[in-house]
Amino acid sequence: MAFVTANWNPLGESFYRKIELYEMGWNLKDGLRECLVAAAPYGGPIALLKGHYRRSPSARPQLEIYSSSGLPLASFPWKSGVVKQLGWTVSDDLLCVQEDGTVLVYDLWGGFKRHFSMGNEVSQSQVLETKIFHSPYGTGVAILTGALRFTLATNIDDIKLRRLPEVPGLQEAPSCWAVLTQDRQSKVLVANGSQLFILDNTACTPVTPPGLSPQASSIVHMCVSFSYKYLALLTDSGHVWMGTSNLKEKLSEVDTKIKTPPKQMAWCRRPKSQQPSAVVMWDGLLIVVGECKETIQYHLDDDSVLVPELDGVRIISGTHHELLQEVPGACEEIFKIASMAPGALLLEAHKEYEKESQKADEYLREIKEQSLLSEAVRQCVEAAGHEHEPETQKTLLRAASFGKCFLSNFPPEQFVSMCRDLRVLNAVRDYTVGIPLTHTQFKQMTVQVLIDRLVYRKLYPLAIEVCRYLKTPEYQGVSRVLKHWACYKVQQKEESDEVIAKAVSVKLADAAGISYSEIATKAYESGRTELAIKLLEFEPRSGEQVPLLLKMKKSPLALSKAIESGDTDLVYTVVMYLKNELNRGDFFMMLRNQPVALSLYKQFCKHQEQDTLKDLFNQDDDHEELGNFYVKASYKDQRLEARVALLQSAVDEYYKAKNDFSAKTTEDEMRLLRFQRKLEEEKGEQLVGFSLHDTMTTLLSVGLHKHAEQLYKDFRVPDKRFWWLKLKALAEKEDWEELEKFGKTKKSPVGYLPFVEVCIKHHNKYEAKKYVSKVTPEQKVKAHLAVGDMEGAAEAAIERRNESEISTVLSRCSATTDHLLMERLNRAKATAVKK
Amino acid sequence: MSTIQTEAAVYSAVQSVVGSLHMAHTEWKDAPGLPDFSLLKRLARDQLIFLLEQLPGKKDLFIDADLMSPLDRIANVTILKQHEVDKLYKVELKPIVSSSDQLCFLIRPRIQTVKWISDLVNADKVAGRFRRYKIIFTPQKFYACETVLEEQGVYGDVTTDEWNFYILPLDDDILSLELPEFFRDNFLEGDQRWVTTAGSALRLLQSVYGSFSKVYGIGRCAKMVYESWRELMEDGEQRTRQPEFAKVFLVDRDVDFVTPLCSQVVYEGLVDDLFRIKCGSVEFGPDVTSSDKSIKVMLNSQDKVFSEIRNEHFSNVFGFLSQKAKNLQTAYDKRRGMDIQQMKAFVADELKGLKQEHRLLSLHIGASESMMKKKTKQDFQELLKTEHSLLEGFEIRECITYIEEHINRQVSMIDSLRLLCLLSITENGLLSKDYRSLKAQYLQSYGIEHLLTFANLRQLGLLEEQQAGETLTVMESKVGKLVNDKTVGKLTDAFSSLAKKSNFRALSKRLALVPKSGEEYDLRVPRDMAYVFSGAYIPLSCKLIEQVLERDGWTGMEEVTRMLNGQEFAVTGGSSSSEARSKTDAQRIVLVMFLGGCTFSEISALRFLGKERGCRFIVVTTAITNSSRLLEALLDNSA
Repeated sequence: MAFVTANWNPLGESFYRKIELYEMGWNLKDGLRECLVAAAPYGGPIALLKGHYRRSPSARPQLEIYSSSGLPLASFPWKSGVVKQLGWTVSDDLLCVQEDGTVLVYDLWGGFKRHFSMGNEVSQSQVLETKIFHSPYGTGVAILTGALRFTLATNIDDIKLRRLPEVPGLQEAPSCWAVLTQDRQSKVLVANGSQLFILDNTACTPVTPPGLSPQASSIVHMCVSFSYKYLALLTDSGHVWMGTSNLKEKLSEVDTKIKTPPKQMAWCRRPKSQQPSAVVMWDGLLIVVGECKETIQYHLDDDSVLVPELDGVRIISGTHHELLQEVPGACEEIFKIASMAPGALLLEAHKEYEKESQKADEYLREIKEQSLLSEAVRQCVEAAGHEHEPETQKTLLRAASFGKCFLSNFPPEQFVSMCRDLRVLNAVRDYTVGIPLTHTQFKQMTVQVLIDRLVYRKLYPLAIEVCRYLKTPEYQGVSRVLKHWACYKVQQKEESDEVIAKAVSVKLADAAGISYSEIATKAYESGRTELAIKLLEFEPRSGEQVPLLLKMKKSPLALSKAIESGDTDLVYTVVMYLKNELNRGDFFMMLRNQPVALSLYKQFCKHQEQDTLKDLFNQDDDHEELGNFYVKASYKDQRLEARVALLQSAVDEYYKAKNDFSAKTTEDEMRLLRFQRKLEEEKGEQLVGFSLHDTMTTLLSVGLHKHAEQLYKDFRVPDKRFWWLKLKALAEKEDWEELEKFGKTKKSPVGYLPFVEVCIKHHNKYEAKKYVSKVTPEQKVKAHLAVGDMEGAAEAAIERRNESEISTVLSRCSATTDHLLMERLNRAKATAVKK
Repeated sequence: MSTIQTEAAVYSAVQSVVGSLHMAHTEWKDAPGLPDFSLLKRLARDQLIFLLEQLPGKKDLFIDADLMSPLDRIANVTILKQHEVDKLYKVELKPIVSSSDQLCFLIRPRIQTVKWISDLVNADKVAGRFRRYKIIFTPQKFYACETVLEEQGVYGDVTTDEWNFYILPLDDDILSLELPEFFRDNFLEGDQRWVTTAGSALRLLQSVYGSFSKVYGIGRCAKMVYESWRELMEDGEQRTRQPEFAKVFLVDRDVDFVTPLCSQVVYEGLVDDLFRIKCGSVEFGPDVTSSDKSIKVMLNSQDKVFSEIRNEHFSNVFGFLSQKAKNLQTAYDKRRGMDIQQMKAFVADELKGLKQEHRLLSLHIGASESMMKKKTKQDFQELLKTEHSLLEGFEIRECITYIEEHINRQVSMIDSLRLLCLLSITENGLLSKDYRSLKAQYLQSYGIEHLLTFANLRQLGLLEEQQAGETLTVMESKVGKLVNDKTVGKLTDAFSSLAKKSNFRALSKRLALVPKSGEEYDLRVPRDMAYVFSGAYIPLSCKLIEQVLERDGWTGMEEVTRMLNGQEFAVTGGSSSSEARSKTDAQRIVLVMFLGGCTFSEISALRFLGKERGCRFIVVTTAITNSSRLLEALLDNSA
């Protein structure tokens, strides 16, 4: 397998290799010359602004978008202002930064999405240079203005412009600068001659890279690694300094011996890499520098662009697309010439086995003797992941599989998942798809994002295949893809609503967790209301349908769907929306047919709009409720006249509602109020607002018996109540004489037991006894007991021959004093029981 | 740790002495253990702290009055202070005095409160004062509240958040949503916004404690809550884990209004009726503590004395407590004749426990004394007798006379109303004549604003007038001409009980809710759930639960559900596979959710049922209620 190492170049301890990814499918006459180029990381699309440097007013530049393999995705003449920089966002949108600081956002297909401005200050002093960068917070834009100040937005989806402090002594454009992300903050590193500054939100701090060679009088180029951890500086003396980006540590310094300024410089470093290395590009020349003095030099035929990646650098030229990276450890171990690593031996063993040679056994034995077989298998599997050629991948995996046969208990997961991953990777690396992801990038990016990218490129069938193949949960996988497909489908103008609705429902029928309302929203946004309504019918959760229905002005439908959903908050949203949208009459009419919504709105009005509540009742001719409404209102009003007036309204309403009872009661109340008022004025007693009962109590307690009597007659107070009232009032004043007189006025409607009780309550046994004789036979026992007359109680109970009464008396007797009485009672009880 | 052990030791010693009183104690051992609900508190606390930290720096915290006690159970003042809460205020809907630059409001999503906050913000604006405002709605925010903020023009000035504090565990087996307004909003105002809250509460329980194998329910609201819960489940991730309860029963309060309207006679219920238990604790006044200050006591299973008497009929409690006092004395007396070593051990291990128990015992004795004083009086006995007559449908005329007198003498506004409602429900509405006269008298006693109260009661079906067609007024008046008044009354009673088909009567008959009168009922040895009402009535709600669990559904109860207006359902949950069928502990734990509140009597009845059946009930309620709370919610003289 000598050919595997054919493209390897040693640099210090490790090797570097340059793999061809694609022969570009595009046909560029002048190559990349005079093009503004931007290629998205993770094998993303490439944007070219052709004829950008030819500033002739007649010829407009052409913006073209290609996949990584050079397949055209979009092309259109550029009609806006002068573009200073192109760049891609993390979600594969194209950013075009114009001279005036306006940033235009396009999708992958050249569709204009939106634009935003980088602020007044930028537009006034114009853009000098721009860098587009990625951080955990999204995609950011940094601008150096004509006034030599930096303006920065960390996340273009949530723009917060920051103007960084001034760089002292900066007279002209700095020789180079870069954006760093450190301590959760985006900072700018600026070189002015040999001076280096870090700009953050608040300050401009001068810094010195440790051990930078003193020959340098100016830093001409700098670049930051993909992870923002490392920094490389190129000086005018041709030295490349490499170190950590916090400038605390120097990793190496190499002399390139070229003093002309380079075109581009990029880090070429993989996670877990053995040495720091950077790639510097001049016209026709590419140099890889590492820790050692030597460098690797590649000759370039064509104008090229470097695209830094997580684990290497891609080199795009007018005709080719290549990947330059450090050879991964596993590959090196296996393929290095004369390697005795277990993986290498296993590969050899397998090769011999294929040839049916007994040497296979020897090799195997050698590995097994060192008990390194599982290590060997692991190496082969890992190396397969790093290889680009399917043939090499297969060879390695076969070797791994072969080795596995001689191992028991070897966990299969790594092997299985690598096979799966590679199958997916090979599919997306295909020329027609053009996403040249490495395995390392794929793992970093995750399957979800890959699927998103496929969907974004409208590669729905492939995306679904990937989901199914990787067994992604339906909710995140197939369903999501289908939803995107449907959203795209509904925008196809040439097909009829029926056809689309049908196609969508057939395809999405058995997919779980599909939100039809989202698809319908898309349909509506592209002006197809009817289609949207049709699609909404498929939405099983009625609550989901509501917002769109409202947007489409289908309010009655929205209201009934909201009610159907049982979510009151949603109903409320619709009601409030309607309230503002419709005129009052229509609004009320609509509520009238929806009792749930109506009662909700009433609740709201109770607290916020009392008058609306009245209008609502009025509209419904709900006189009963109107009556109640006025009664309630009357209690809130302090002024008597207003109260009476409100009560009068209530009376009218009650009559209309044919509720004579309430009407009469309310009229009585009005009379009572007037009466109370009059007495208050005459006698100075606080009365207004009291109930009839309380009014009478008050009157009796202050001795206004006549007035109480008047109320008693006027308001047809039941006799019983009046007697109770008077009884209590007199007893409270301990007016025993009056009480006795009262008791004799006529036969008491409440009987005489209350007389007894009321006296006892006020501790007047003497008075109480006066009434005992008058008590009805049924209550005699109670009366006697109340005054503590045991004899009398016993007498009465025995006379009535009532067993339970006898028992009651017995229970009150005490064994010591009422001995005789108890005997009598017991005897009587016995006879009572017999009967 | 040592105290707990000692308490347990004393407890078991006492157990053996008074074991006879608790006839079902052997079954307790068999009963399944309950899930640990303190986890819910921890979750709530962590979220609250997170929310408070979203507003860094010192801030004043304003808390809705009815959230004070629940909050105290979750995070006390010390914890709040640790998270930079400077001063604490109660929301009083009045202008505030606060010098803080940051105001945080912890409130229920009520329009009124939000309006008050808006006014406050606007006042600050006028005064040119800059502050930061944050509203934390609990358990969730409502769109209506945001609308108010918007209408008042302060939407941009305040930040809002949600504290998803759905459930407060009041005890080992009582979980409360602490939403008393659920009852009025849902059943009277027809405002169903709390439905999703109840659904979310169930979902919370499910996500923490595992899914349920079977769900039963009755009532419109129950059905909606179930639907909302199901929808939430579908949206969220599916989790399969060993469930900690098997069955759920959802019941609307309006399925059974009779039970909460009855006077409570079980100790815990009676304490609630008399002293008002608030959020699991009660304040005993000076008449109970026999000192000059009030004492706040937590009433739950941690209180060993209380946990033994809470479910007892109050007539048993006094005897039990005095026995307990004697036992305690014996435990103290052990000291005599101890040597130094033993004494040391005694002081170290037991004394603290004994003292604690002593303190609680004296409090409960005080409470039951005060209870006895009030409740053994003649009038309470008569009140109970009237209630029992109403439940039995017996001597209705006498009951009406009693109620009339009750109203006329202005005995108690709420009690009169309660009796009126009981009369109406048990009799399927009042005769027009009675309805008018009783109503008129009530208004005379308590004022015309109760016209609104009556309108509310009628709307809920708590107090109704019989429709002319249904009654036999025509017949009655004809008969009336022939015979004297007294006989008319009796005849009417006879006729109505014959023809009216009162639902309660029919239900009571079909479900045997009212035991035959005349039979002796030994309250010391309860034989069924009726003991919670002195043997006079088995709570309808609990009987329904018993029947449905027994039948594993509603089959055979068609007539009952028809009389309750249907809306019943029984759904088998997702995890109905054979492995879940195994007789694990979880299979014997039943979650009962009362929508609109439940009473302590019902909880006691369910505890009794659990003991009988060897299962445990966990009650989830929107709030603990009783007759006063229920009726006060329907008064309309304030708002």
